[in-house]
This record gives sequence, structure tokens and C-alpha cells, in this order.
Amino acid sequence: MTAKVRIAFDNVSVRFPTTGGSMQVVDDVSYRVHDREFVSVIGPSGCGKTTMMNIVAGFMQPSSGTVMLDGKPIAGPGPDRGVIFQEYGIFPWLTVKENIAFGLNLRANRVGAAEREEICQRYMRLMGLADFAGAWPRMLSGGMRQRLALARAYAVKPQFLLMDEPFGALDAQTRSAMQDLLLHVLAEEGKTVMLITHSVEEAVYLSNRIIVMTARPTRIREIIEVPFAYPRTDALHKTAEFGELRAHVRDLVMQEYAQQARQRSTAST
Amino acid sequence: MLKDWKSTVWRAALILAPWLLLLAGWYAIHYSGLINPALVPTPHEVAVRFAELMRGRLPLDILMSTQRVFIGVLCGIVLAVPVGFVLGWYRNIRTFIDPLINFFRALPPIALIPLVIVYFGVDEIAKTVILFYASFFAGVIVMYEGISQISPIYVRVARTLGARDGEIFRKVIIPLAVPHMLTALRVALGVAWATLVASELIAAQQGLGALIQNAGSFFQLDIIYVGIICIGFIALFMDLGLRALGRRFVSWQERIA
Repeated sequence: MTAKVRIAFDNVSVRFPTTGGSMQVVDDVSYRVHDREFVSVIGPSGCGKTTMMNIVAGFMQPSSGTVMLDGKPIAGPGPDRGVIFQEYGIFPWLTVKENIAFGLNLRANRVGAAEREEICQRYMRLMGLADFAGAWPRMLSGGMRQRLALARAYAVKPQFLLMDEPFGALDAQTRSAMQDLLLHVLAEEGKTVMLITHSVEEAVYLSNRIIVMTARPTRIREIIEVPFAYPRTDALHKTAEFGELRAHVRDLVMQEYAQQARQRSTAST
Repeated sequence: MLKDWKSTVWRAALILAPWLLLLAGWYAIHYSGLINPALVPTPHEVAVRFAELMRGRLPLDILMSTQRVFIGVLCGIVLAVPVGFVLGWYRNIRTFIDPLINFFRALPPIALIPLVIVYFGVDEIAKTVILFYASFFAGVIVMYEGISQISPIYVRVARTLGARDGEIFRKVIIPLAVPHMLTALRVALGVAWATLVASELIAAQQGLGALIQNAGSFFQLDIIYVGIICIGFIALFMDLGLRALGRRFVSWQERIA
């Protein structure tokens, strides 16, 4: 791939201090995410995937190795990297529209009133929230909260989108609709995306590349190129190629889950 | 239209019902003879005495008591909000201060009265100090429990959107703290009214506590009832007022008002 490297992990390891010393979570991980690439990171739960996202988001530093963003070290969180958290973090004291406008009212990305209004309207329309501009978040369904989190992140025009299990709490139908919406929005405004997920189906359907991680301490098991062209539609799910790739990724992930289960049982005996 | 009217009447009836039941129970006790009727004045006797006192000392008593509660709670909350906030937000400070707060909170204000008299005399200031003490510790606990339960996710989200420290404080932490401030204020007001009679034990001439104390020494049971009922109703109305205020300011919260 000739595209520019945007995110670069080089020999990254992370250890957390514990009562009895330290626990290694990430072990010597190196990979690159290129411009406008959609990369999914998949692996057993609790393996350290979220830790890797938190480093890129700027919430923590690796214990050793480096993570560079456009060739520069990461100084902390910033509006260039939109983050979608597992629990969304919708501000409950603001209406739907005020949530979207939150970032636009900050000094880091302040815009004029007219432009703010335009951006809010645009994303409310795109995310199907136009009828709920004045609604309180507690009235929204899970899927709507998810769309609101995406709209809020998009409003400040991030170049990166970092998503941690964003669809985990949704039912199967909503989840599938959200995946299609995400692809649609990305087709309109390309971003460099890093998605943390458990779902093989989701990773294969959405990504350019899938990074399969091992059980903890997590290493890269395999990096898989996904050859399907965008725009992708639901019909892709039913093709034989999709099925084969999904089966391959599932095998890898299941082996790592089994490995993790073995580790747990030896640790407990 | 008719349905609206009907539901309003039904609501009013539901609100009134427990009060009427209470009144009925009161009459029942008086007339049953289980207790010597001379020891239980009837509600209407109390009402007559209330009307009579309203033409006399009662308005001033109410004013004095309300003023004391108001000043005591105001001072208590003005200090409790920042202290509770700091304790709730900074976990490591809480570890050290928490036992101290709980030590003082456990002391009943009445037990402190002799000391307060020694250090502050018997004037207005002494009563305010007692009410301040009571409302501060009630408020500080509510405030820091509330603040410490604020999920850090909101701060993290704000940071990823580009918020700086000052913006996070103004736009995230303050809005999340307001409901806890209002709850702290409500709890402090309740505690302060409960402590009022104790504070007015300190040689007060006016005030509902003083009214009750004086009536007690002359065995004027009906006046005691008037005093008690007044305290209850004033506290109730203040709480209703605060809740209405709360609904205005924190309408985003899920709360059955």
C-alpha cells in the first residue's frame, strides 16, 4: 500500500502495576495504519485491545516502544481523533442538538453561530436525529444514542475515528443498520478508522484490514487483508468469499479464546 | 376536557387523603378515651389557638426561626459545596478527610450546645453556629457522595472533543454537580429544621422552638402542637419550593417529581 502512514505502533508493550508486581498486557506490537484505512482490531475479551486504542486516543502511554501519529508522538487527547466509547458518554444534561454542538463551542474548534447551526443540522439529518433536536438523551434508544455519539464526534471534523466496541450494546438489527450507516458516512467523509471489536462478522464486513490479537499478553497473531471493494452492502454477507474469510478469522479468534481459557484454568489451579 | 378536570380532582383527592386520614386518626384518639382527652387537644382547638397566636407572637416566631434556618443553611451550604466537591473529586484527599467528617457528623448538635454557649454566648450567633454545624455536615456528605459517583466518561469524551481544563470544569463538571448541590441543600434544610428546636433551647425569646419550650413549661399542649405543625409545614413548603427549582434547573434528570 502506497498511502501515507497515519498511525504507527513500533514495538509497543504495556505493563500495568498490580499488587504483586506488574502484569503485561501488550507485548511487542508493531503495525501501521494508512491514510483512510479502516483497520479492525479483534481478539479475546480482556486481551488489551482497548489499551491500544487508549494509547492512540491519548489517555495513556506505552511502557516501552512508541506510537506515532503522523510521525509525531501523542501528547494527549485532542479533537483530531474522534473517539466512540463503548458506553457512548452522551451528556445527559444537554439535548441532542446541544450534544452535537458541544465540541463546536470549545475554544479548540470554535465556529460561528451560522456554521455551527449548519453542522448540527447536517449531522442530525445524516444520523436520522432531525426530529429529536430538542430531546433529552434519556428518551433515546440505544441505536439513537450511538448515532448521536457518532454525530458529536464527526461535528469537530476529526481525521481519525477510534471506536471501542461501538455496537456491542445494540440488538442484531440495529447493529447491522449502524454498520451500514457508518460505511455510508465514511463514504461521504473519509476518515482513518481504528475499530476495536469482538465480532468477526463486523470486522470482515467493515474493514480494509483485520489485526487478530492473541490472548494476554497480547501480540499480533495475524494481519488479514480484506479484499472486498467499497461500497459494501448487505449482499456481501451472503457471498462465498465473505464466508471463507469469516471462517478463517473466526478460527484464529477461537484458537485465542481457547488459549485464554487454558491460561485461566492453569492460573486458578 | 372533562377527563382533565376529573384527573385533577382525583389527584387532589389523592394528595389530601393521607392528611384527612391523619386528622381522622387524631380525632379518634381524642374521643376514644384511650388517652386522657385533656392530654390530646382536638385539631379544631389547635386551629383556634393557631388563629389566636397569628394575631400575637406567632408571625415573629415564624420569621425568627425561618431566618435562623435560612442563615444557618446558607452558611453551611456555601462551605459544604466546595468542600464536598473537593472530597468527591480527589479520591486521595477523601481517604484522609473522610474519617474526620464522619466523626463530626456523628456528634448530635444538642450535645454541642453547652460548648457553643461557652464559646459563642447565648446570642443569635450561637444558634446560627448550631444550625451551620448541622447543615454543613449533612450537606458535605450528600455533595461528596454525589460527586464521587460522577462517571469519568464525560470528562474523557470532552477531552477527545478538544476541551481544556477550564472548559471541562465549566461545561461538564458544574452541570453534573448542580443536581447534587440541590439535593445537599434539601437535606441540609431538613436537618436544620430538625435542629432548630435544639438551637432555640439556648435562651431564645422568639422562634418556634422557643414557643414550644415556653408552652412546655406551662403545659399548654395546644400551643406545642401549633409550634410543631408550623415547623412541619414551613419545612414542607421550602422543600416543595426547592424541588420546583430543581425541576427548572435539572429538567434533564429522570426524576418523578
